[in-house]
Amino acid sequence: MNYVLIFIGAAIVNNFVLSYFLGICPFLGVSTDLKKAMGMGLAVIFVMMIAAATTWPVYHKILVPYKVQYLEYVAFILVIASSVQFVEMFLRKYVPPLYSGLGIYLPLITTNCAILGMTLFMVIRDYSFLEGLVFAFGAGSGFLLALFIMAGIRERLNAADIPKPFNGAGIALIIAGCLALVFMGFSGMMR
Amino acid sequence: MKNFAKGLFKQNPILYFLLGMCPTLAVTTNAANALTMGLSVIFVLFFSNAIVSIIRKAVPEQVRIASFIVVIATFVTIVDIFLRANFPHLSKSLGPFIPLIVVNCIILGRAEAFASKHGLWASILDALGMGVGFTLTLLAMGSIREIFGMGTIFGVPVLPGWFPKFLVMILPAGAFITLGVLVGIHRSVLDKK
Repeated sequence: MNYVLIFIGAAIVNNFVLSYFLGICPFLGVSTDLKKAMGMGLAVIFVMMIAAATTWPVYHKILVPYKVQYLEYVAFILVIASSVQFVEMFLRKYVPPLYSGLGIYLPLITTNCAILGMTLFMVIRDYSFLEGLVFAFGAGSGFLLALFIMAGIRERLNAADIPKPFNGAGIALIIAGCLALVFMGFSGMMR
Repeated sequence: MKNFAKGLFKQNPILYFLLGMCPTLAVTTNAANALTMGLSVIFVLFFSNAIVSIIRKAVPEQVRIASFIVVIATFVTIVDIFLRANFPHLSKSLGPFIPLIVVNCIILGRAEAFASKHGLWASILDALGMGVGFTLTLLAMGSIREIFGMGTIFGVPVLPGWFPKFLVMILPAGAFITLGVLVGIHRSVLDKK
């Protein structure tokens, strides 16, 4: 039950994009068509899982025993960047179809604040390894959900008559605001 | 001088480049948080641009991004520890958003696009201009949201009591809408010129 709550909490109630504002750059950048949004979303779920699976042991097995928690940020970002790089090389060599679908998004995701944010929340909330993985999966799914809804709306927007200065980023942000209001409706589901 | 002034309005990092959106939206629920965030970013940007510019010839092309991130992460750790020791309640209300400066695209973006190609002096001016532009935008966002959401600015009441408080302004939705409107206004001013 606990795992279900963590998942729903991260994916819907406290959606990473719409209530923690994490990963806004790709949210605005690649939400212009549905296909790209899907690819980006799946890649984020994938990297989230890898990040959680690598940073958890680094924090609890290396940084804590040696009392060097202040190296947390440097260590996390290095671990995330190098594991993403490694996965990218692995995919390119052994799973080319997956690489052509997700590969181009992988380097972009390394510096996506949603990933580092997720690992920091994982540490602050003191999740166990398994809880951390579920949390990462939920956060990634929430990102995919928000991105997909946004891309659907923006495809429709192309046909709408928007005042010129607001075209593009301006209207996208205002729509994100409306989506955030909608997602607030879920907050009654959990404390 | 041009390097400094461009970041203030014309190429404002938030309104023009749409960089550094996470902190812009997340910490601007009131003016004090916005100002703290802005000053932290100026500090990190200043030193990371300076160091990156100094080491730019010594770092091999392939590992430059990783080395820049290590430089940035070091200064972010300094800011984080400083805030935690001297301003504990501010540090608490900003939560994980101070460490998230590490992946703030403004800082890496300026290191990559400017400091790695220009000399020390130009890079420092660029950092200051971008940092001040960022801070002013954050302060504008924070003030607007605090005034309409709670009727105060820096905790001092400014609106008469009968004026309705729009709770939505200090909720996440208000952040998106305020920034959307600001981006639109910025664009329309630039278009007129």
